[in-house]
Amino acid sequence: SLQFGTPRSVFITSLIPVGTSIMAVEFEGGVVIGADSRTTTGAYIANRVTDKLTPIHERIFCCRSGSAADTQAIADAVTYQLGFHSIELDEAPLVQTAASLFREMCYRYREELMAGIIVAGWDPRRGGQVYTVPVGGMMTRQPVSVGGSGSSYIYGYVDSNYRAGMSKEECLKFTAEALTLAMERDGSSGGVVRLAVVSEQGVERQVILGNQLPKFSTV
Amino acid sequence: MDSHHSYSQVKGVSTGTTILAVKFNGGVIIGSDSRASMGESYVSSKTINKLIQVHDRIFCCIAGSLADAQAVTKMAKFQLSFHSIQMESPPLVKAAASIMRELCYNNKEELQAGFITAGWDRKKGPQIYVVSLGGMLLSQPYTIGGSGSTYIYGYVDAKFKPDMSLEEATQFSTNALALAMGRDNVSGGVVHLVVITEAEVKHVVVPGNKLPKFHDE
Repeated sequence: SLQFGTPRSVFITSLIPVGTSIMAVEFEGGVVIGADSRTTTGAYIANRVTDKLTPIHERIFCCRSGSAADTQAIADAVTYQLGFHSIELDEAPLVQTAASLFREMCYRYREELMAGIIVAGWDPRRGGQVYTVPVGGMMTRQPVSVGGSGSSYIYGYVDSNYRAGMSKEECLKFTAEALTLAMERDGSSGGVVRLAVVSEQGVERQVILGNQLPKFSTV
Repeated sequence: MDSHHSYSQVKGVSTGTTILAVKFNGGVIIGSDSRASMGESYVSSKTINKLIQVHDRIFCCIAGSLADAQAVTKMAKFQLSFHSIQMESPPLVKAAASIMRELCYNNKEELQAGFITAGWDRKKGPQIYVVSLGGMLLSQPYTIGGSGSTYIYGYVDAKFKPDMSLEEATQFSTNALALAMGRDNVSGGVVHLVVITEAEVKHVVVPGNKLPKFHDE
């Protein structure tokens, strides 16, 4: 995750929110988002098929990492606020608006919360967009963003393999491979890979089961 | 290697660092960045050499407290040369790694340094050994270490192939170190690589402006 200056590490023992690998990539016409499916309480996997890709609006999703309770509560609140805003405006909300709402909440309550969120979606004004709202409540737009404890292990892979202008299929493959590598190394990430493509046409979801994950020569 | 605790708890100068070693067809490459830091915000050296030669065809690279690492490698170098003279033959890479392991394990309370030992010997050819913080010894076909290594686990897992050529292995090492240096604020400077084969030991330095660039640079 992104931090400026000295980390506020009095009670946060890790700069990266725990227990997840999440990722989002922009492409021409939409976004691809992905996540692992493991929720842990200590060493016990409370849910091995979690869905961490949460719809906030018809064409806006968020990928959640950190405290499951915190992120669910924030997502519910933002879903309500965005729905209300969209009805008032009488048009589809902007992805940036959704990201701003997340940021408002994550920043205002930063002392109480442990939430790292990636907001991604499609709107008619700016097409596919990915915004990251890491722990602490900063918000920034990025063409590709990774988050969660597993993300540390794949910064190198993402930096070297991402190219601007990838197609939807290339983005899906890139995301699945990156998340697989993260899940192999991070004990708090695992299970299946959940992917979704959000575009003008709507939302297509898919699941890659454990035995269908991409294989690398050493793993 | 147990390396995703940042070494900022080390007192004094630490090699918050990225180190790696990889076996290829006919030899090993051992490599590192060149930054030494105090805490997370002061770079005490931009050009430190973390690749220590402990014998003709055996090198170590160090991560953690620089003082501890220098003390251990100095001791290991002495013990290894003594051993080699007694045996009247070049030492095994495993012997070098074992000496490091003994020192690390027996002094585990005081020391805060981890090592990668790599080299070539007549018995088993190219080999890589990891001696981690508490004194565990492990042999691996490739290994990464130091604070910057966290960011390149995915990359090396995806890219490593057994029996690479020298060119492929050099590209692999340079890319991996450049990626780690790009994300870890206590790794940086230039890339040092040492190529160890039966025939020779070659030291390659890749300066900052010749490092591979990635999409956002």
